[in-house]
Amino acid sequence: MPLEARDPFELRVNQAVGVSESAVTAALRTGDVGFLHSFTTGSTVDGPGVRVVAWTAGCQFRCLYCHNPDTWNMMNGMPVTLERAVEALRKYRHGLKVMFGGFTLSGGEPLMQDRFAARLFNAAKSLGIHTALDTNGLLGERLSDKELDEIDVVLLDIKSWDPNRHKRLTGKDVGPTLAFARRLGQLKKTIWLRYVLVPGLTDDVDDINHIAKFAAELGNVARVDVLPFHQMGRYKWKKLGLDYALDDVEPPRRELVERVCEQFRAVGLKAY
Amino acid sequence: MVTPVRKEGAKVNPKWKGFNLGLWQKEINVRDFIQQNYKPYEGDESFLAPATERTENIWGQLSRLFIAERKKGVLDVSQIPSGITAHAPGYIDRDNEIIVGLQTEAPLKRAIMPTGGFRMVLGALQTYGYEPDPHVVETFTKYRKTHNDGVFDAYTPDIRRCRSSHILTGLPDSYGRGRIIGDYRRVPLYGVARLIERKQEEKNSLDSAMSTDDVIRDREELSEQIRALKELQEMAKSYGFDISGPAGTAREAVQWLYFAYLAAVKEGNGAAMSLGRTSTFLDVYFERDFASGAITEEQAQEVIDDFVIKLRIVRFLRTPEYDDLFAGDPTWVTESIAGMGDDGRPLVTKTSFRYLQTLYNLGPAPEPNLTILYEPRLPDGFRSFAAKVAIDTSSIQFESDQIMRQAWGDDGAIACCVSPMLIGKQMQFFGARANLAKCLLYAINGGRDEISGQQIGPNYAPVQGEYLEFDDVIDKYEKMMEWLAAVYVNAMNVIHYMHDKYAYERLEMALHDYAPLRTMAFGVAGLSVVADSLSAIRYARVRVVRDETGLITDYQTEGDFPQFGNNDNRVDQLASWLVSTFMNKLRKYPTYRNALHTQSVLTITSNVVYGKNTGNTPDGRKHGEPFAPGANPMHGRDKLGIHASAASVAKIPYRDAADGISLTSTLLPEGLGRVGEDRITNLRSMLDAFFGVTGYHMNVNVLNRETLIDAMEHPENYPSLTIRVSGYAVNFIRLTRDQQLDVLNRTFHGN
Repeated sequence: MPLEARDPFELRVNQAVGVSESAVTAALRTGDVGFLHSFTTGSTVDGPGVRVVAWTAGCQFRCLYCHNPDTWNMMNGMPVTLERAVEALRKYRHGLKVMFGGFTLSGGEPLMQDRFAARLFNAAKSLGIHTALDTNGLLGERLSDKELDEIDVVLLDIKSWDPNRHKRLTGKDVGPTLAFARRLGQLKKTIWLRYVLVPGLTDDVDDINHIAKFAAELGNVARVDVLPFHQMGRYKWKKLGLDYALDDVEPPRRELVERVCEQFRAVGLKAY
Repeated sequence: MVTPVRKEGAKVNPKWKGFNLGLWQKEINVRDFIQQNYKPYEGDESFLAPATERTENIWGQLSRLFIAERKKGVLDVSQIPSGITAHAPGYIDRDNEIIVGLQTEAPLKRAIMPTGGFRMVLGALQTYGYEPDPHVVETFTKYRKTHNDGVFDAYTPDIRRCRSSHILTGLPDSYGRGRIIGDYRRVPLYGVARLIERKQEEKNSLDSAMSTDDVIRDREELSEQIRALKELQEMAKSYGFDISGPAGTAREAVQWLYFAYLAAVKEGNGAAMSLGRTSTFLDVYFERDFASGAITEEQAQEVIDDFVIKLRIVRFLRTPEYDDLFAGDPTWVTESIAGMGDDGRPLVTKTSFRYLQTLYNLGPAPEPNLTILYEPRLPDGFRSFAAKVAIDTSSIQFESDQIMRQAWGDDGAIACCVSPMLIGKQMQFFGARANLAKCLLYAINGGRDEISGQQIGPNYAPVQGEYLEFDDVIDKYEKMMEWLAAVYVNAMNVIHYMHDKYAYERLEMALHDYAPLRTMAFGVAGLSVVADSLSAIRYARVRVVRDETGLITDYQTEGDFPQFGNNDNRVDQLASWLVSTFMNKLRKYPTYRNALHTQSVLTITSNVVYGKNTGNTPDGRKHGEPFAPGANPMHGRDKLGIHASAASVAKIPYRDAADGISLTSTLLPEGLGRVGEDRITNLRSMLDAFFGVTGYHMNVNVLNRETLIDAMEHPENYPSLTIRVSGYAVNFIRLTRDQQLDVLNRTFHGN
């Protein structure tokens, strides 16, 4: 089936309708096929330089502030063979080099399709393309050290420090994410930390100080991106019939964003 | 390092003291002068000076006039027919101007230019509430025929039908053709006397030639050119300047050069009156002044600021129909900055920076149309500054220096938006464009217009049956393009014959060698509409809908098809095929003065008009919906980001679109990165990538809030406005109104 380009912002559901359960299992086991929500070729905010970004479908977190809840369900993704994906990368390899960019796999949570991810990164490296993984870290153990070697930068989202708050916010524990971060620290793997700032929800001073301290001590955090909450995803929650707890929340004021950036800078990190 | 050449005992003009000699002082050779003398600059913009109070004052005075001008449409009109010496000297603020000269005796006052067409003058006068001067009316209806008169005497019914049905549009049969760049630099370098001498030599060289049509016309043209040069001298004299000899200082060089350009825009009202490639040339004079301590940086910038002010107030009197096609008073005073020389040295100088600095000193503006001849090998400092200026002002555009150099040479400049030419050695016969989307519909309908139902094209067999079949459509399309190409060439031949006869650009051509290379610049509109339509026909199923007369007026497409702008060869190759095919059909027909056939993929601002005049198309576009501009993918159909979008356009073969391929990119600042310096680096990288392969041209818009709001009201003007929201790329105009408002909030949160 031809991979027809669709606007990444559109709500995408049921693109994998018709794929049998056993086919899905086989795909997850082998990585021959991935389930992708969308992709773009010109991102400047998903890692260094100008990048090709693919967003996978499927995520185990249920973040209250998620702006693409249509990526939660893997069956909303379009099945794409590994060959197709690598062919797409091949088209852009020279331009990506000139633009000091590369390929970023994001989503959803890419490590739900860890075999596809690992094989795709391996292919990217053979093509000489710089690689980045955008992940919440929950499933970090699924990648071996050797496989991590093929990832140049990890964009790691630490959603919250306090375990209770993290559970309320995402539906999952924070432990595995922090463990993954420590492992990356030991491997000296470059991390770009991402922190989504929601006024009234993730703006607690102490909580952020803990994250900042933790990140500074890892020693491999090259940069922190404080991502201000926005309401672009609101209509998706409504369309999907989900209960959107943050309907009335305003984006953070510039002063709040600056304050949070300063907290990271105070421990010696570069924050934007 | 170039070794200066000096002939023993040669008399060297004292005004050239301090210059390295070469070929240039023995022959008219501005390129050689530049190559022997210019000083490449590899640093950054930190040396630049801000606007002086004087500059701000003058610009402020004009800004007040602009407000009045916008209210009335035109500030004032002179009914003295324009000419090089027709009007008394004019000033904005005589005591404080550094560079002087106006088209008439008052700023923003527009003179009538009847030789292009008198009906148009009457129309314009009426529009703005001026009573036509009876003497002028008598002269141009009884005694002096115009270009417009001549053209319609020789137009065939075919041509007229194509015009009125809008399958051929924008033909310069009622306005100046423009797109001719006089080598204005010759005036400061040599002085007018030397140039007159040279023209006389050229004319004398024809004395022994047989008096055939061509030779007779050439002799007459050369005589007119000499006349124009004399008038140029007279005009300068009326402002108190003797420009018979070369310029001696930087200020003189700018003044002489401006006088030459001014004479051109007094003599003719071509749609595009481009400036050429003056910045590096003028820098040689600035450097000489700096070396002798005669000038400071502030003074140098002030001279350039004043020059650019003059370029920004060039005005022509136009009709409302013209304004529809070319909205907003454009003059395309295009200046081509930087580029590389054939010897591998960058042609970037400090004056390259100074020209860009005017966008800060005077604020952003579309004129002069500052164009960067871009090459990844240009110095980092310049490329970064150019990217910064693009982000800050959205006022500049970029062209491939590599392609220009390989095709035409390293002293080329852009006329209008994308048309390359070797300055002083090459000119073109401008020809607007053919509506290839409408041509496709004619092919489907056997030559009948899809809106009026009238038989405009030849009575070929229309599509039978319920579905469009690819091979059948291609076959019919090729035949219809063959016919259209023939009519187009015919129209152009008539137009340019008459333009040469009744509205010859004497001064501009006086600043060309005899005889220049002539290209005939055709153009095409609707590229992405056609590409997507053919893609739909080939990869999906397109069912036709007929009206009661059997005319196919609508299409119903079943299934998906690849769309142009996503770096997908299946459709991208259709776009390239279209360009090459139409070009090859044009090439079959003989041109006036044996001009070389070229074409551009460019619509300027008139893609909206073309959309209004074209019915429903098989790609799903509805009657009235605008085309995409130039070679752009259709609005919203390029969904994979700028890298993919630009890659599709870069596949269009320049060799079959040698007059240029236009791409307009619109980005939000956030789309270039979260941090200021990153944005400059990322934009620079994107330009490096695009112009490092086969990319030809890029208009770069990086928009702010006010423009976003405007985009909400007028989405047709922002076909590919892109916004990143840390997670995905979004095409702004595809969002619902609520989402757009949300984006506004999101992008500027905290305020």
